[in-house]
Amino acid sequence: MNNLVKRIADRYRYAWTVLRGLVKTDFKLRYQGSFLGVAWSVLKPLMLFCVMYIVFAKFLRMSDGTPTYSVVLLLGISSWQFVTESTNVGLRSVVDRGDLLRKIHFPNYIVVVSATVGALISFGINLIVVLVFALASKVRFTWWVLLLPINVAQLYAVTLALTLLMATLYVYFRDIAHIWEVVQQLIFYAMPIIYPLSYVMKRGGLYSDLAQLALLNPFAQTIQDIRHNFIAPDTQPTIWGEFSNWGIKLTPVILTGLLLWLGIYLFKRNSRKFAEVM
Amino acid sequence: MAQQQETGVFRRDFSKAPVILSVDHISKSFKLPTEQATGLKQAAINWTRGIKGFRRLSVLRDISFDVHQGEFFGIVGRNGGGKSTLLKLISQIYYPETGSIHVTGKLVPFIELGVGFNPELTGRENVYLNGALLGFTHEQVDAMYDDIVDFAELQDFMDQKLKNYSSGMQVRLAFSVAIKAQGDILVLDEVLAVGDEAFQRKCSDFFTEIKKDPTKTVILVTHDMNSVKKYCTRAMMISDGEVEAVGDPETVSQQYTLANLEAEHKAEQERQEARGGYPNGLNEHCPILRTIPVSSPVCTGEEPFVFDVEYQYDDPGDFYLAIAVHDVRRGGITYDTGAKVLKVKEHGHHTIRFSMPLGLFNNGEFRIITSLRTPLSNNPKGTDAVGVALDENSCSFAIRNKRNENYALLSQRALHIMPMDADQITVVPNTTPGWEDVAEAAK
Repeated sequence: MNNLVKRIADRYRYAWTVLRGLVKTDFKLRYQGSFLGVAWSVLKPLMLFCVMYIVFAKFLRMSDGTPTYSVVLLLGISSWQFVTESTNVGLRSVVDRGDLLRKIHFPNYIVVVSATVGALISFGINLIVVLVFALASKVRFTWWVLLLPINVAQLYAVTLALTLLMATLYVYFRDIAHIWEVVQQLIFYAMPIIYPLSYVMKRGGLYSDLAQLALLNPFAQTIQDIRHNFIAPDTQPTIWGEFSNWGIKLTPVILTGLLLWLGIYLFKRNSRKFAEVM
Repeated sequence: MAQQQETGVFRRDFSKAPVILSVDHISKSFKLPTEQATGLKQAAINWTRGIKGFRRLSVLRDISFDVHQGEFFGIVGRNGGGKSTLLKLISQIYYPETGSIHVTGKLVPFIELGVGFNPELTGRENVYLNGALLGFTHEQVDAMYDDIVDFAELQDFMDQKLKNYSSGMQVRLAFSVAIKAQGDILVLDEVLAVGDEAFQRKCSDFFTEIKKDPTKTVILVTHDMNSVKKYCTRAMMISDGEVEAVGDPETVSQQYTLANLEAEHKAEQERQEARGGYPNGLNEHCPILRTIPVSSPVCTGEEPFVFDVEYQYDDPGDFYLAIAVHDVRRGGITYDTGAKVLKVKEHGHHTIRFSMPLGLFNNGEFRIITSLRTPLSNNPKGTDAVGVALDENSCSFAIRNKRNENYALLSQRALHIMPMDADQITVVPNTTPGWEDVAEAAK
């Protein structure tokens, strides 16, 4: 029994060592050769935010009418950027790291995890930027903030699940990268990131129903939760407030769990063959 | 064991040491894709048509062996024999289809040197990254870092980016990480031939050292029979996915050399067929050129060696025979007639007898290689070899005589070095026959 505990500890220490090595290297290399270095991980979403703010809030006048809308928009973009960054890098990670997988034995889920952790670090930096903006726009924080780690954890879980799933598929079918590029856009526009959810709901009828339906998507649900808990508990509708039926309320969470199980299961089942297939 | 050492034979009995790697009846085959495209479309088409899209290639069949702690275990075999696959199975990069592999302790595989080395990182960062990938924590790498850098002799370059290293420096760094990594089992694939001569010697010393360490086990895949004989305590030969031989390195490496010769012979026969039936070195202009011993191929050297040269040459114009004598054991060309000396008078198919005195030589093995030459039109001194009597068309002979020594080519009868001032040196006559004459001459 003691032996077993030691073996498990050994196993995960190896994984942890490799993960640290890979994440550190990736981070070091990411901004190498650029003048601004790590600052880019802050500047990029900030510039993206400026573009979207001008287009959607100023030109298209899409706003929920609250002074916090710009911060909410920034938070949404940062969260979604985390999803796209980790899926797009993670999707290729097994193939990109093929030289490693073919030469040494190590728990190969680490290459996928390291890609998502890299994105998670950027997300963390972005959240600090959002915090600065929130303070500047005099957002009043509430106790809801305490729930934020849970929301981020769920967002990470569903992203990791999707990344594992697609990384596995990508080894066999390179088409997945192109398919995901399109699907990613679809999800982005089907989700209340650039437009406020309340804006759609106010239009009533079919739009309202669709908006509610969108909340069943785990990405939409978590991002709305993050916005609700972090910045604007009063103005951001979440799945918890929109539905009374607990079955529906829990649907995205259950979906997250299922997706995570499927991702891990498929990855584990196929990971033994990665070195041979590539 | 102690007894053996007392008798002066330094050889541990490893069979009593614990088994550290146990390979039990493993088999492995690969799917080789027959369809080129990888994509959803092709997969769907193949699926509807019932095409599998691959064929199976069996690489290893029912391999079993044990490696004991402290052994230096060599794996040899011809290309494509399954060595590297076996190594990857041992390193758990591939998984066996049947059978199992048990490893006790930390196994550090080096299928390739410098895995994960990144040109944009410094030497130091690369060492830590490489270490991390092999499962060593930062602290563990700290402990072996100085050793690694010392061994690689790269103290001044560790803070340089790897892309500024020469390829030799990169390999040295990678190799140093490989052998200084503190694992229990070291798995090395074809990595011995790196670095310059000094570095090679260093590696050789290291291997000799690690061979004595009873806690370290090394598994080495190589083509180099010298290193097998030099380092390995036991060796295994794999051919066509099966264990051909396991045992002491001498026997196994001999078997390997033999297998290689056979393969070469087979390849030569195939080449000959491809050439239209002409043996190596010959062609339609000169279909026959053969050097045939008339004297016994093992001779005393007291009589001249007599041999025939059989030739067929029908093209018009002058032609010559050139005969060279090669020293098989010592290397080098012992004698050559010169290209434009033996001018042949008759075209057609004939045999010419030659004789060569051997009194000058010590014991040795020699090979006579004859070539048929025609003068070049544009260069009066040069000649063109139309045919060369190689391989089975050459003539080998050996000199064996008690009066001779074995070491040098020329015997004391042929040449001796004498002091110019007899006051400084006393020439001590030895028992070698022929010395009497020398002593006479010195007086």
